[in-house]
Amino acid sequence: MQLIESVMRRQAPFVRWAKVLAVLCLVGAPAVADVLPDDRADALYHNYSGGGITIQGPSVLVRKKVGQSLSFTGSYYEDLISSASIDVKLSASPYHETRKQEGASVDYLHGKTTYTAGYIHSREPDYSANTSYFSVSQSMFGDLTTVSMGYRRGWDDVFRDIKVNGVLQNDTTFHKQVDHQAYTLSLSQILTRNAILDINFEAITDQGYLASPYRKIRYLDPTVAGKGFTLADQIYPNTHTSTATSAQLKWYMPWRAAVTGQYRFYNDTWGITGHTIEADYTHPWHKFIFDGSLRYYRQNAANFYSDLFPRANYQNFMARDRELAAFHSISVGFGFAYEFDFPWINKKTTLNGHYNHLIIDYSDFRNALLTGNGYTVGNEPLYKLNANVFTLFLSLWF
Amino acid sequence: MTRILALAVVLTGLFLGGCSPIQPWVKPYEREHFADPIMSFSRDPISGSYFDHVFESREGSRGATGGVGGGCGCN
Repeated sequence: MQLIESVMRRQAPFVRWAKVLAVLCLVGAPAVADVLPDDRADALYHNYSGGGITIQGPSVLVRKKVGQSLSFTGSYYEDLISSASIDVKLSASPYHETRKQEGASVDYLHGKTTYTAGYIHSREPDYSANTSYFSVSQSMFGDLTTVSMGYRRGWDDVFRDIKVNGVLQNDTTFHKQVDHQAYTLSLSQILTRNAILDINFEAITDQGYLASPYRKIRYLDPTVAGKGFTLADQIYPNTHTSTATSAQLKWYMPWRAAVTGQYRFYNDTWGITGHTIEADYTHPWHKFIFDGSLRYYRQNAANFYSDLFPRANYQNFMARDRELAAFHSISVGFGFAYEFDFPWINKKTTLNGHYNHLIIDYSDFRNALLTGNGYTVGNEPLYKLNANVFTLFLSLWF
Repeated sequence: MTRILALAVVLTGLFLGGCSPIQPWVKPYEREHFADPIMSFSRDPISGSYFDHVFESREGSRGATGGVGGGCGCN
């Protein structure tokens, strides 16, 4: 398993600046309001299917105001995972497991300032993650501008499952830890009576065991008849720092519809640069709201990634995780929402569905399962992932 | 001397201008479109954060999506 984020021993200058800004904001946030989120309950079913993996499960989110200035949120999320992915087939065994996640947060509104604090706990048989966060949001300039700052801290425990006599169980000799810190800065600006702009910046630092204990690198080994390669453990750096900046511009069209354009620039200390471009269109029709989206993403490879290393111990850090490879992806999405009054209680309710088709074309990640089956090592076809993702959910405002 | 005086006048004007409150150029009664749910960046937070999680688990990029994610395995 691999983690998403974690702290850097020696923080980069922008991280120190982000820290200073966050502290200034927390200490000096003037009391000037915002609006607390609506009381709302959502029950969702999600499904991801692609590349030999199926992940599905339920999710629930409930928000409730108490008085004029407090709002509480509780959430539950579950992944039921059935995996026989290309990585699992190459270096491990297909598996089934469950991940459960609970979250709770509180919003406190004081004047034009909203303070938010929350906690998320996630667990699966070989991974446990805890995340706490705090943010401040301030409306200003006649409520045309909203500035938000946030800080997040996470600490994870990484374990490894192994098969003993055909039975999957925890490897008691393997226990690693990871820490994360993240700093966010956001600006929401009403530009005209028909346009609004959102700008987000986020710096994340990780420290600890950042590799997957299951995935392997491969290196050339002519002594292995038929395949010509040998698998070995990945070696990741213990630190990772990234920054991402995004901008979203939304227009209200003359015929009551909305168009959104988004761009995100990402780079990190592992040498990855990523670009995300997305366009969305939202169109209401009677009691329906329809959404369409087109998303394009591309990244270059991490500087310690290789699909096939020339030999064992070729360099200090070595990885073959697909997420670190060079690739581009296209995602096409559709969504709907149908509004009706919930029977008996006459409250606004929507039935919603979102579907996305995701295609990832890897530039330097080859299908190593085909080595020896008509392909020589290093000349296998490039891997391509097709996935279908959808959510179906009911939302109730009360 | 004249130049310095002109510069002082301009700077003083800018300084005093900075003290006056910024007038909202979109009046409250002109913001009805922003109350329409189709203009929300996060109309369905439960589904939006799920799709963010799907992309983040499969890409090197992360962050600046406006949400808070919990850690996980995800491969």
